[in-house]
Amino acid sequence: MSEVIVITSGKGGVGKTTTTANVGTGLAASGKKVVLIDTDIGLRNLDVVMGLENRIVYNLVDVVEGKCRIKQALIRDKRYAGLYLLPSAQTRDKSAVNESQMKKLIEQLRDQFDYILLDCPAGIEQGFKNAIAGADRALVVTTPEVSAIRDADRIIGLLEANSFEQIDLVINRMRYDMVRRGDMMTVEDVVDILSVGLIGVVPDDENVVIATNQGEPLVGNHTLAGKAYKNICMRILGQEIPYLDLEQTISFWTRVTGIFHKSQEGRV
Amino acid sequence: MRLPNFLKRKSSREVAKDRLKILLISDRVNCSPEVMEMIKQDIARVISHYMMIDTDNMEIQISKSGTKGRGNKNPSLYANVPILDLHKIT
Repeated sequence: MSEVIVITSGKGGVGKTTTTANVGTGLAASGKKVVLIDTDIGLRNLDVVMGLENRIVYNLVDVVEGKCRIKQALIRDKRYAGLYLLPSAQTRDKSAVNESQMKKLIEQLRDQFDYILLDCPAGIEQGFKNAIAGADRALVVTTPEVSAIRDADRIIGLLEANSFEQIDLVINRMRYDMVRRGDMMTVEDVVDILSVGLIGVVPDDENVVIATNQGEPLVGNHTLAGKAYKNICMRILGQEIPYLDLEQTISFWTRVTGIFHKSQEGRV
Repeated sequence: MRLPNFLKRKSSREVAKDRLKILLISDRVNCSPEVMEMIKQDIARVISHYMMIDTDNMEIQISKSGTKGRGNKNPSLYANVPILDLHKIT
């Protein structure tokens, strides 16, 4: 039975596309059949993050409008045989697709894939409605900043109003150095404010930028962000993965000076 | 430079958390701060008929009842009204 997961956030630029790319790649690396659908019509990005931008022939709107078969529009990933991307259209707008068309498309994909991940556009307009229409569960991505958390709260409210029962939180770009000096909300603060279950914490890691530059998701590699995304994938697969202790990455000097601050355990 | 700040000021983490908690209350109930202020004044007026209260330090907020998740629980209105004198009427 397939599971349809929408990755959403409300606010733009918090890491929805990066999360979709890495979680999708991680699930495929675990042997699952996965399709990533970019629902951000007009602002196509998942293809470049995945490094598949040169292979696009048909897109989501072409499929919906019947200009091609689904199979013709699905792009096979370079790395994993079970991973596919359905790219968005770059020259159309959100109104090109509606909610019932999205539901129908997802129903057609369900029997071929274990996981269908929907990369949601920012905002709460038609694009958001399309992205959540056919989804079973949601990952809400936020950063530990007031604007992102406020928007995440609004999104969670809207998902609940649309009868979503499983909503999980991904806290992205966590900076433990700032948390330690009292200048960033902690993981507990964010979870407490939003009152939803946590599924992962991704530290602020420059390797994410490097990976995006190269069009190679970093899930599963040696970087902190890569480990964090891998853990999210394992939790989606139903495994109990403890939150990694980040203390090991903190230098001796920070440890010494850190005594004077309230100690904060780093988690991934 | 950080030490004097640390002693006299709340950390920016605390500020962010406090601001968000207040902000999200009005966001969630779709109730503007103006409406909240009107509710507060009406409550103060009614209670003032019976006892002397500290209207400047009274607080009201709408929060979700219970601690288990959010969703289907109905929110509640909490009013914290400091009493100056139980027997005097303003």
